[in-house]
Amino acid sequence: MTVSVPAPHSGPAAGPRKLKVATASLSGCFGCHMSLLDLDERLLQLAELVEFDRSPITDIKHCGPCDVGLIEGSVCNSENVHVLREFRSHCKVLIAFGACAVAGGLPAMRNGLDVGDCLKEIYCDRVGPGGLIPNDRELPLLLDKVYPINEVVRVDYFIPGCPPSGDAIWKYLTDVIAGRMPRLEHPMLRYD
Amino acid sequence: MFDLETAANPEKLRRIAIDPVSRVEGHGKVTLLLDENNKVHQVRLHIVEFRGFEKFIEGRPYWEVPVTVQRLCGICPVSHQLAAVKAMDIIAGFGPLPATAEKLRRLMHYGQILQSHAVHFFHLASPDLLLGFDSEMTRRNIIGVVADHPELATQGVLLRKFGQEVIRHVSGKRVHGTGAIPGGVNKALSAAEQAEMRGGIDAMIKWSRDAVQLLKRLHHGNPEFYNRFGAFDSSMMGLVNGKGELDLYHGGLRARDADGAILFDHVDYATYDSLLDEEVKPWSYMKFPYIRAIGPEHGWYKVGPLARVQVCDRIPSPLAEVERQELAALGQGRPVHGTLLYHWARLIEMLHACEVIRDLLDDPDITGTTLMAEPGPRVEEAVGVIEAPRGTLFHHYRVDEHDMVSFCNLIVSTTNNNQAMNEAIRSVARQFLTGREITEPLMNHIEVAIRAYDPCLSCATHALGKMPLEVELLDAEGRLLQRRAHNMAGAA
Repeated sequence: MTVSVPAPHSGPAAGPRKLKVATASLSGCFGCHMSLLDLDERLLQLAELVEFDRSPITDIKHCGPCDVGLIEGSVCNSENVHVLREFRSHCKVLIAFGACAVAGGLPAMRNGLDVGDCLKEIYCDRVGPGGLIPNDRELPLLLDKVYPINEVVRVDYFIPGCPPSGDAIWKYLTDVIAGRMPRLEHPMLRYD
Repeated sequence: MFDLETAANPEKLRRIAIDPVSRVEGHGKVTLLLDENNKVHQVRLHIVEFRGFEKFIEGRPYWEVPVTVQRLCGICPVSHQLAAVKAMDIIAGFGPLPATAEKLRRLMHYGQILQSHAVHFFHLASPDLLLGFDSEMTRRNIIGVVADHPELATQGVLLRKFGQEVIRHVSGKRVHGTGAIPGGVNKALSAAEQAEMRGGIDAMIKWSRDAVQLLKRLHHGNPEFYNRFGAFDSSMMGLVNGKGELDLYHGGLRARDADGAILFDHVDYATYDSLLDEEVKPWSYMKFPYIRAIGPEHGWYKVGPLARVQVCDRIPSPLAEVERQELAALGQGRPVHGTLLYHWARLIEMLHACEVIRDLLDDPDITGTTLMAEPGPRVEEAVGVIEAPRGTLFHHYRVDEHDMVSFCNLIVSTTNNNQAMNEAIRSVARQFLTGREITEPLMNHIEVAIRAYDPCLSCATHALGKMPLEVELLDAEGRLLQRRAHNMAGAA
């Protein structure tokens, strides 16, 4: 698919407006966000090109209208579902960013197990008297399985890798910013 | 049991939530319960995610474990890899590591400490300290720091980059590489790689020193505030080497009480299970560890930079040791417990990591090619412990006769700080929030206290989960009034 760069907001000769980018980590390890920081000096350049909305690196808690949404991590509980839907409804382009978002990744290794048994063993059997499965209403309900994000919402692009390299993220974002069809050449597509 | 942990009549109180806590690694949420006069009755930090690593690696081959478990955390993968591999060295029956192998592991680990401390201070925490706790919410981030302090932001980015490059040179990748394998390491360091890193390290030492000076200037600007913000007394724990010095890769466990007296010293970490126990509370997936002999009420402790620099007798690198002494002098003979002093201690450790990296790069062993220990008899069970950036990290495994993991227990650094972080935010609630109209900047005070611990909430969710941090507001009937932690000035 082609990505059309959104038209600049009305306003005289202010140059093209900055793209709005939101990011979230669902059930993941934050390694994909670390790769985003692996842009190194290019981060300073990125600050000129985009504006960050909701992201673990800002204090914006809910996603507003955005051009690009990057989702790290798979979907393991009800809260992940809410965040993911919020991103889908606010982001023009949504990207599954890294192995967990793309395919479930390592967290999906729990899919062969019964969640109830896991919880019981970790919070009851190993703790002795006084053990209990955390059940406060502040804790979101766990899903039966861990899902890749495209099983919950429509996804526009997938960037594989555990994690994708900073170079891959840079190539993707600069393609979108320049209005080109994002394309990662073979060396940047990693499936580790 | 703990003040402000559980309100007597929660149904009569309104709830405020900070969800998610931002500028921390992973997901966490904070809830506060207040009465009609805004008096705070309950404050809790919830870890709301659960992933189950301990369970799903059962049945996997032991050699796979170091690279599997490092996926607990993208910020400190090296720490998990090394804690696991230290256990697997023993299980697979390997004797003492060759000097080159241990030094390469240390190089990778101190690179990890450098990059993790840099990302925490510059990318995550510095906006609060440089722009202000109550600065404009949409600017309170690294991009705001880039705009206002471009030179400092650039140094932060380059410090982190250097640490990441050290990791890449040893392990092949910046995040989730390989490197350490049971019995040694899988790659020698080339002379070219050594030279490249050696060429850059002096600038890193200088910028790390500058960062410590910056923190001291901030502290000197308002010492009372820095010393008292979110302060509470507690015991502290960390690894020390045989001489009682700070060692982040290997050592024995030492703990001191809040006054600095030794609780235990040079304890073999393989016995952690008889030393520590964990309590479960229904409102968090993260367990609450405590020292068994003292019990859950008083036996909890702090780990991480502020604990480590005060648990040890000295730091074995000259520049960092001078800085440690200056921080210690603040307490006039007693340990300091101010939550914001974690930043100061963390930057001293970042300086120490740079000094250690330089010394390792100058050591001729670092480019040696004897990478594997001699194999010996296998054992069934072992414990690996390391000082990860955020504190003491425990990995415990049993492996069956078919090479498959049959048991795994992890106590991650952030879990050790669970009670401490809860006490820190209760302290902040008492100092700043109670009785006042709850505004966004006030809520950021709560987050500032959590950030000081640099919690790794992904790590903390190993037991099948992960931790979102959030604050919510309920009316007297328990109906949700406000959920957005921020943008809620005056909404109470």
